[in-house]
Amino acid sequence: MAEATESAEPVEPARATKGTGPRPGDELPVPIKAVPVRHYGRWVGAGFVLVALALLVWAFAGADVNWGVVGDFLDHDTIVEGAAKTLWITLLAMLLGVVLGVVLAVMRLSSNPVLSSVAWGYIWFFRGTPVLVQLFLWYNLSFVFDTVNLGPIYKNEMNDVMTPFLAALLGLGLNEAAYMAEIARAGILSVDQGQTEAAHALGMSSAKTTRRIVLPQAMRVIIPPTGNEFINMLKTSSLVYAIQYDELFRAGTTISARNLAVMEMLIVVTVWYLLLTTVFSIGQYYLERHYARGSNRPLPDTPLQRVRAHLVSLRSPSQVGGTSV
Amino acid sequence: MSLTKEPTRPTEPMVRAERVHKSFGPVRVLRGIDLEVRAGEVFCLVGPSGSGKSTFLRCINHLEKIDAGRLYVDGRLVGYRQRGDTLYEMREREVAEQRRDIGMVFQRFNLFPHMTAAENVMEAPVQVKGVRRAQARERAEALLARVGLADRMDNYPAQLSGGQQQRVAIARALAMDPKLMLFDEPTSALDPELVGEVLDVMRGLAEDGMTMIVVTHEMGFAREVGDSLVFMDDGAVVESGHPREVLNDPKHPRTRAFLSKVL
Repeated sequence: MAEATESAEPVEPARATKGTGPRPGDELPVPIKAVPVRHYGRWVGAGFVLVALALLVWAFAGADVNWGVVGDFLDHDTIVEGAAKTLWITLLAMLLGVVLGVVLAVMRLSSNPVLSSVAWGYIWFFRGTPVLVQLFLWYNLSFVFDTVNLGPIYKNEMNDVMTPFLAALLGLGLNEAAYMAEIARAGILSVDQGQTEAAHALGMSSAKTTRRIVLPQAMRVIIPPTGNEFINMLKTSSLVYAIQYDELFRAGTTISARNLAVMEMLIVVTVWYLLLTTVFSIGQYYLERHYARGSNRPLPDTPLQRVRAHLVSLRSPSQVGGTSV
Repeated sequence: MSLTKEPTRPTEPMVRAERVHKSFGPVRVLRGIDLEVRAGEVFCLVGPSGSGKSTFLRCINHLEKIDAGRLYVDGRLVGYRQRGDTLYEMREREVAEQRRDIGMVFQRFNLFPHMTAAENVMEAPVQVKGVRRAQARERAEALLARVGLADRMDNYPAQLSGGQQQRVAIARALAMDPKLMLFDEPTSALDPELVGEVLDVMRGLAEDGMTMIVVTHEMGFAREVGDSLVFMDDGAVVESGHPREVLNDPKHPRTRAFLSKVL
């Protein structure tokens, strides 16, 4: 305790001469001893919440849930395959969404009125209609076009082309692009105009300026909401069960249709979704760190570094400017 | 390592402006600027804020388009090609090519914050000229050492003081081997104690014979380093001549009024 109070003392200015004898600021402070304020309200609040939580756990423990079934099906092949497909369709749809979204954002900010209007129209349509409706529109495209005819390159029956997978990818990805376009646009607009001027003054072309200077800086603004979109997409992808794509949710309902363990299978699916979103949250954290380089604020420690710092600080408690909660 | 290029036509001035006009909407920022900047000279532009000096500087590398008149850099029309009596707007690629030879240093530094000091200096040579990275790095090290930042090579701009950032910005502009350097109030955003280090670097450049156009409020620098000085007010050149003459013995009452406030 004594060391901690000492370290809180203001650091001696560098210009002070390093002689012997007393210097201003050398005097040791006498710590204040006072009775702290008692926060009775906090104890009451915490008590209420804990009781409510205990009741919830108790209710579920006593509910008619066959936890054995939950355990058995957590690593069932169909479920794992479904989770893999959920992950796959999420990754691909996000990839489509991000790439197309950035293109749309650049188009939207272009000085070419045709390009910016088309981008505006795209966003207007895909953001203005429910994604479930869009999924069905793609899936049922064969009602209006019975063949896909790309001239000499490709020709096939629409029914064979528009598989549940492709319909899911287009439905989710194109819808996502509309949202990503707005996120990317906000990111691009957040980059100071002076950056573009400096790049132009160095003789860089507009395309190079966008790619090398503007987009990397826009990333810092783009990444956090994109991570959010990613996690949203993981969950929204459950909608494609309606167009026969065998993702996680559909895998769960398929099994429960056979073994009638409806709630158990829903819990299995819930656990898997939580697992996937948790893994992505961790990935997002490290991605944000990567794009924060060169920013004014110091990087937050990674959980690993934090653990290490705590271990060190336990051994040597006199740490100036350390964070404490 | 030579920092300056020999002017291609020794008789031709580095910059020639003829009746240059520029408006932003209804506001007439430049009202017929005529001036010549000779190769190798330090040309200072002074005047109250809003007098159009920064705008004129930005016209020289076509960051702003002029509305009327002609502007030449090293004998070439800026932003246009002329065939007979017809002017053709340059393509973006050609404008970019023209800008390569003109370095610019901004009031607010405008360093690329996601790159280290060395990467900032390397960026244009690698991306624009196609110089190999190793070679560009070597050059960046030499340039940063020249502006006194040999030990700050791998720092990000946010980790540097204002004066250090501005010196990196100067090194970045020099990396393209410009034949003309434009300085847009390079010390105005700096703490007073950091102004000197930037002016020292600029003084060194001037001694090496670099052609420089400097928009500045540092009258001491203008007097000491400048070869020519132009006083601008309300979008027009009020008075011009050798810095010492204009600053010590201003002829025009407007110049006198301005100098009495800043000196």
